[in-house]
Parts: sequence; C-alpha cells; structure tokens
Amino acid sequence: MTELQPKISFQHVSKKFGDGLKSFIALNDLSLDIADGEIITVVGPSGCGKSTAMNIVAGLIDASAGQCRVSGNSVKGPGPDRGVIFQQYALFPWLTVLKNVEFGLKLQGMGREERRKRALHYLELVGLKEFADAYPKTLSGGMKQRCAIARAYAVDPSVLLMDEPFGALDALTRVKLQDQLLETWAKDKRTVMFITHDVDEAVYIAHRVVVLAARPGRLQEIIDVDLPFPRNEEIRLSREFAAIRNRVWRAVYDQ
Amino acid sequence: MSIAVDDDLTERSKENLLRPERFLWGILSFACGIGLWWLATVSGLSVLPSPWTVLMRMIELAFSGQLWLDMFASLRRVLIGFLFGSLIAVPVGFLMGWYRIARAVIDPWIQFFRVIPPLAIIPLAIVTLGIDEKPKIFVIFLAAFLSSVVATYQGVISVDRTFINAARVLGANDRVIFARVIIPASTPFILVGFRIGLGSAWATVVAAELIAAQSGLGFRMQQAQLYYDLPTIFVSLIAIGILGLIMDRIVVRAEQRLTHWQERVYHD
Ligand SMILES: Nc1ncnc2c1ncn2[C@@H]1O[C@H](COP(=O)(O)OP(=O)(O)OP(=O)(O)O)[C@@H](O)[C@H]1O
Ligand SMILES: [Mg+2]
Repeated sequence: MTELQPKISFQHVSKKFGDGLKSFIALNDLSLDIADGEIITVVGPSGCGKSTAMNIVAGLIDASAGQCRVSGNSVKGPGPDRGVIFQQYALFPWLTVLKNVEFGLKLQGMGREERRKRALHYLELVGLKEFADAYPKTLSGGMKQRCAIARAYAVDPSVLLMDEPFGALDALTRVKLQDQLLETWAKDKRTVMFITHDVDEAVYIAHRVVVLAARPGRLQEIIDVDLPFPRNEEIRLSREFAAIRNRVWRAVYDQ
Repeated sequence: MSIAVDDDLTERSKENLLRPERFLWGILSFACGIGLWWLATVSGLSVLPSPWTVLMRMIELAFSGQLWLDMFASLRRVLIGFLFGSLIAVPVGFLMGWYRIARAVIDPWIQFFRVIPPLAIIPLAIVTLGIDEKPKIFVIFLAAFLSSVVATYQGVISVDRTFINAARVLGANDRVIFARVIIPASTPFILVGFRIGLGSAWATVVAAELIAAQSGLGFRMQQAQLYYDLPTIFVSLIAIGILGLIMDRIVVRAEQRLTHWQERVYHD
C-alpha cells in the first residue's frame, strides 16, 4: 500500500478566487497523482491555473474544494519538505549568496559551522562557490536562479516545485540548467513538479507532461514521455522526441 | 577574475572619477554666484550687503560665540524632535503596515494631521505647552513623525509578496518574516522617510523660532530684522543652509551604507 502511495495527490481540487459575481474559477476539479521520484512538467495556456495548482501544493494558497496531499498528509501551509523555486528568483537582495542559502537552515536551528558547510556544498553543486560573499545584485539572471536552486536544495526537500524557473533565461543557459537539474535528480530522485511555457523543455526533462486547459483551468491531457534517462542531446534531436513534442504542442494549442 | 567583481570595480572607479570633477563644478558654480552677488552690490544695483560685509559679520559673530550658541540651540531642538519623532514613527509605521486594523484606526489621523502645516500648530502649542522649548520641540517632533511614519508603512506594504512567500516555503513563521524580511526590505523606504523628516524638522525649527524664542538661528534673524541688520540675517541664512546640507549628507551616507545591496540606477 505504502509503495503505491503517490508523493503528491490532487483529489478533485478546485480553486475559486473572489466570491459572488466577481468570482473566478482558476482551477476546476483537478485530480492527479504524482509518484515518488517522478518528474512532472505542467504546460498550458497562460492563466490556466498552473501556478495556482503549484501554490496549493506549496501550501501558499488553500484549495476551495477537494484536497491536496503530500506524502499522504493533507497540505496545511508551507513546509520545508517542499522546496519552491520561483520564476522571479526571489533571492533576498539584502543577504549575500551564502546567507541566502543559509536562510532555511538557520530556521531549522542548524549550528553556524554546519550551516555554512552545507550551504557551501550546495553552492559548489551549482557552481557558485566563488560568489558566496557576493550580493544578488551583482549576479546574472542564470546565476541568481542557480542560487535560488541551491537555497531550495539546502533544506533537503523531498519535493521540488518549480514555477517557470528558467523562463527568464537565454536558451543556452536554459539547456545547461535543465541538464543540471536532471543530473541532480539522477542522484537523489526527488519528486519534481515543474511548470513551463516551453514545450521542448517540458518533454526533455519529464516522465509525464501534464497539459492543462483554460477557462476554467482543468486537466486536458497527460502525455507519457517514453524516452530513456539519462537524457542528452541525442535524445533531444531524436525522432521519438519530436513525435512526443508534437503531441504536447497539439494538446496545448489546439484546445 | 570574476565578472561580478569586475563589474563592481568599474562601477566604483567610475564614481571615483566623477566625484572630484563634480565637486569642482560645484565650487565653480558657487564662486560665480558669489561673484554676481558682489557685482550687484558694488554697482549699487542692490541694497544687499556685500559678501565681504557678511563674511566680516560672520567672523565677528563666530568669535563672540553668538553664532555657535544659536546654531547649537537650533540643532538641539531639531535633533531632539527628530529623534523622538522617528523613533516613535518606525514602530507605528510597522504596526500600520503589518496589521490592517491598526492601519484603519491610525491612518485617518495621520492623513488629517499631514495636511495641517506644522507651523499652523504653533499657536496651539504655545498656548497649551508654554513658550519654552516644549512647543518648538513638539512641532518638530510632529513634522518628523508624520513623514517617517508614512514612509515606514509605505515600505512595509510594498514589500514584494514573493520575498514573503520565499521565506514561508523555507519554514519562516510570521515573527521571522517580520524580523528577517519586512524590516530589511523596508529599510530603504524608512531612510528616505528620515531624510524627508529631517528636512521638514529643520524647516520647522527656523519658522518656530521666528515666532517665539529666545535663542536660535531663526530668533537671531528675527532680532536682526527689527534693527534692519542685513548682514546678520545673511549669516543666519548661510548657517541654516550649511547645517541643513550637512545633516542631509549624513543621512544620505547612512542610507548608502545600510542599503548598499539595492540595485541602483546611476545617473551620471
Ligand atoms: N490572487 C488572485 N486573485 C484573483 N485571481 C487570481 C489570483 N491568482 C490568480 N488568479 C487568476 O487565476 C487564473 C489562473 O492563474 P495562474 O497564475 O494559476 O495561471 P498560470 O497558468 O500560472 O498562468 P501563467 O502561465 O501566465 O503564469 C488567472 O486567470 C488569474 O487571473
Ligand atoms: Mg504562472
């Protein structure tokens, strides 16, 4: 039973913003199970409720109906078991890169030395160790996002929630960070829920692509990505990849 | 070695290069102004005292100690009023920004008092608080308090939601969010409020001394006016300008120190 238990489970989740005539259904009756260690990407037109769904898992907003469970427990507010990476990086500009990464560790009451060691370890992982004492304003977009990733990893969450994390980056940096994400995943097999606008990105990193439809936000289709891991350039250019990519594309744009 | 560090260096050296140059332009501009003033007085175009006369009076007043006593009296009032005003404004501003109810209760009062010029309070302050230091310090307090409180609470309500969410998902509770996110994120706003508050405190003290005082730069000018003593009026004005400028620079320096992490746009 426990082996079959999904890591994240949406059970008839709906979200309504506002009430009365002005109310707006952002998410309508979403049911979806995400297995432990699975990478799910979520695509869909703007405003279809992708961020809403993710924020419900993160515990940043409450579902209006239905429930969301993580590791079998119904979500009640945010917790360090779920790391979130926002599109706007959300690094604290008044803290150095190192202090940003230490932020969550400090809240867990970890001692100064251990905290530092751990933060540096994750900064090394994302290639930012030399920038530990820099302030975010001196970093490029890609470096900021890597720092945000290190900050999320440092508290060792079992679930990673990423809302268009690479959306603001150039194509090359994007691909590098995608590969880095997969590399890290291969080692720790965390569950990943990854929102993107980029269909290529969605297919490249996922086990399954979840396509949402808008007005109201709802599940359109789930597409399995039957491509082997580790993923690489060869897979990205393969005919199989192109076929799946086209399927996702049609599901998103021919709604 | 690294891109970010290099960037930082070029930015700083650019500033250093520009600073002496800007300073020179400033000096030159001042010199021209004084030159024009001098020309106007020697040509008989104006009844103003010449720069030379003013300088002589300044030296005279400085040696007699009068100038320092007046400056001290005015500064003391400003600093006491400003200190109390901003010290109370910051917690009140935080309260208003953090709790909706506090905002709903306090804001109408602040909006109301904000539209009354502090000087308009002076008659009331003199009648109720007497003619000694209290009414003056009170109006300065009010001026400083009002600008700092508005700035602080603006700062709190404009803290980016994503910072708060980022802290929450890392395990922060409300207390931690307040201490580690709200306070640092609103510091730039608070410091701007201090700067405005100090400016209005300084403006208010001079005016308050014009109305009722036995000392201070404003009082000295008022006395000089009675005797048609233009050089003393000039000396007081210059002293007010210089002290105001120095205080403003100090706050700007503190601001740069405390908010060096902010992304800034350079306008050079
Ligand atoms: N706090 C809110 N109050 C009212 N409406 C909201 C709120 N948050 C989101 N919405 C609405 O809910 C809908 C879904 O929003 P959501 O942010 O989940 O979309 P999204 O799929 O992430 O879009 P995008 O791809 O543009 O990020 C949108 O139409 C949005 O206007
Ligand atoms: Mg979104």
